[in-house]
Amino acid sequence: MGTLIVLIVFALFLTAILTGGYNKTFLERVKNSKVWDWLTTVDHKKIGILYFLSGFFFFLVGGIEALFMRLQLVVPHNDLFVGDTFNELLTMHGTTMIFMAAMPMIFGLMNAVVPLQIGARDVAFPFVNALGFWLFFAGGLLMNLSWIFGGAPDAGWTSYTSLALNNYSPGPGVDFYVLGLQIAGIGTLIGGLNFMATIINLRAPGMTFLRMPMFTWTSFVTSTIILFAFPPLTVALLLLMFDRLFGSHFFDYTMGGSAVIWEHLFWIFGHPEVYIVILPAFGVMSEVISTFSRKRLFGYTSMVFATVLIAFLSFMVWVHHMFTVGLGPVSNSIFAVATMAIAVPTGIKVFNWLFTMWGGEIRFTTAMLFAIGFIPTFVMGGMTGVMLAAPPADFQYQDSYFVVAHFHYVLVGGTVMGLFAGAYYWWPKMFGKMLNETIGKIHFWTFLIGFHLTFFPQHFLGLFGMPRRVFTYQPGMGLDSLNLISTIGVVGMAIGTIAFLYNIYWSFKKAAPAPADPWDGRTLEWAISSPPPVYNFAQLPLVRGYDAWWMEKQAGNKSLPPAEPLGSIHMPSSSFIPILMALGFFIAGFGFIFRGDFVGAIIGLVLVIVCLFLRSFDRDHGYHIEPDEIEETNKGVQA
Amino acid sequence: MATHTEASRSPHMPNHLETATFEGRNKVLGFWLFLGAETVLFACLFGTYLALRHQTMGGPSGHELFDLKLVGLATAFLLTSSLTSVLAILAMNQLKKKVMMFWLAVTVLLGLAFLILEINEFIHYVHEGHTFTSSAFGSSFYALVGTHGAHVTFGIIWISTLMLQAAGRGITEEMAPKLFVASLYWHFIDVVWVFIFTLVYLLGKVG
Repeated sequence: MGTLIVLIVFALFLTAILTGGYNKTFLERVKNSKVWDWLTTVDHKKIGILYFLSGFFFFLVGGIEALFMRLQLVVPHNDLFVGDTFNELLTMHGTTMIFMAAMPMIFGLMNAVVPLQIGARDVAFPFVNALGFWLFFAGGLLMNLSWIFGGAPDAGWTSYTSLALNNYSPGPGVDFYVLGLQIAGIGTLIGGLNFMATIINLRAPGMTFLRMPMFTWTSFVTSTIILFAFPPLTVALLLLMFDRLFGSHFFDYTMGGSAVIWEHLFWIFGHPEVYIVILPAFGVMSEVISTFSRKRLFGYTSMVFATVLIAFLSFMVWVHHMFTVGLGPVSNSIFAVATMAIAVPTGIKVFNWLFTMWGGEIRFTTAMLFAIGFIPTFVMGGMTGVMLAAPPADFQYQDSYFVVAHFHYVLVGGTVMGLFAGAYYWWPKMFGKMLNETIGKIHFWTFLIGFHLTFFPQHFLGLFGMPRRVFTYQPGMGLDSLNLISTIGVVGMAIGTIAFLYNIYWSFKKAAPAPADPWDGRTLEWAISSPPPVYNFAQLPLVRGYDAWWMEKQAGNKSLPPAEPLGSIHMPSSSFIPILMALGFFIAGFGFIFRGDFVGAIIGLVLVIVCLFLRSFDRDHGYHIEPDEIEETNKGVQA
Repeated sequence: MATHTEASRSPHMPNHLETATFEGRNKVLGFWLFLGAETVLFACLFGTYLALRHQTMGGPSGHELFDLKLVGLATAFLLTSSLTSVLAILAMNQLKKKVMMFWLAVTVLLGLAFLILEINEFIHYVHEGHTFTSSAFGSSFYALVGTHGAHVTFGIIWISTLMLQAAGRGITEEMAPKLFVASLYWHFIDVVWVFIFTLVYLLGKVG
């Protein structure tokens, strides 16, 4: 409690210093400050930037944790990070990368791009959008504060019971995992719901479902998976919280519980989760490859079909994570076949990308390099996935480095490369500045080579018998040189990431303002200025076909045809309630973790309920931007 | 029905007030999606309960505990409240504020009656030795039925709040979607209860 008070006082001092001391106009100055503007924003473009940059921050944190693990494993019998510390590192690395890095960065791109691609002025629920971001941020912060407050979770990112129960994981570590993920998960769920509603209801006139850009399609399908996959995680975490904090017995064998229920609930969520993070990357690749090949995406409808089919199958395969549990040959076989079936729609996608490039006028920009590097890397990850899908073989691969190699090939080779491609592609649209192409190419090559150097040897480490999640190994077992190579590879990935960091710095400090359409793009977002005005489109555009902006350019038009006359535009007001509500959840989370009489938890939840009432009775309907203002700020902006 | 209502509404008011505005249409769609997520949430709790319902660890079983008469009465209260919430929404679309408020009040009271019966039932169970921490059966029972009860509690507070707002503001295009989604939520809670009644109480009685 003392630490908290010190932190609050420190924050107040900082606010006072940054806004120029405390006096009568203090509150006014705070309200007019840029910081307040960002904290209370409901604009999807700003929320996109917040998501992307905080996701990237957690990506760096997770990356440092990975670096520490590889340093520990560089030689046999190393004693840099052993035992519990290593377990904490591997748990936090996995959890941070999936929930705090990959998903927020995806949401960042979705926020920045999807409303523009469908010709909308904002998302369906701007308030919920802001709330989703702040809940993710509160959850991520809560979990990472575990390093300071009593130790990080150490039961793995899957947090299997009975290991994660009080008996085997004493201390607050797993509580931080449970509460942090619960809060972040609620944020993700409402974020996904928001994007579904946005894409269904807010498409511009003429933007039929089968004219939607591929990134919008994958975002839509990902949102659907989020909506149906996150509730099982919510329940799993709730039950684990009950078991740990309130003495229930869901997972405790001695009182009739069953640890397998945790595995089911976790993987019913967990397998769709991997498609949640890969499908938007597929979408990015489709946009990038089509744009930089100057060709219409090959097999667009089959691409849509494949995406939907993958989403459907993603709910049918969770038991392939549990082949060795002993559920019997029949269920293992059914789930094995379902798993292998996913290779078919994924294969359709890979061939479509190749055929899009075939005969295209290819430009090797950084974004395109990431997309091209992605294809073979991801296919390798997919191949090992099919290998793992065969139950008899899986009994050999289970819990070995082979599995680690597999999922890093799909998650880094797929999702992370997709996110980097998306970052280079949409950076000008998000920030109004270009990223440097030369630094970008250094980033790409060091990262790609470093990645393969790190993870290719891990296939063999696994086949040679090295189990995952161990902090050391014996010398002379044939594991020494492969582990050394693997750690050397990390240097390449680290240099690549530092190059990207420098590139961000470069773009803010030295880059010239970006043009509206730097890549000769095909979709609606390139028809408006970079960055777009607050209201995005002065007049909602009329969409006349797939690749709408490209069609208009081919027809010789300099702008999109408007679907409505110039009129006043309704905008939502900023609100401090989302961040206040997230603060309530954050305090409640801490309250639960500190146990005792749960005073903090009650205070936090009361704050949440007060915020709900504030929101319900709030009658602020936003404001209007009038046509003459639009004309003024709209110099040269079309449609 | 349609001709009957035409007389009472102004010419500018559409038939379905809840989807009259852009925000209203978003809200109704968003809420349907949310109910989809809620369905999965309850499905997981049902699955957990069905897997653990025989693990009584020597404590009383469902067969010994459940009193179908009392639970049947609670069911009747809750199902009737679903009907009254429909009547409230019908009155809302006819712009009859007083009728709407009356039916909303009846809905809330029936919800409260259900909740009192449920709390009584839980107190009785605890005296019988069937608690949240007594066995895996106890844990999963209270997690499932308790989550439903928490939803009922939330619904009662929600609808009461909306009544307070509607009393001051009247039936407007802004209030209508709020009231409509609250009634959707109330129906959803009812449907979940139908499953609880079947899969917890009836199934518990037959073994």
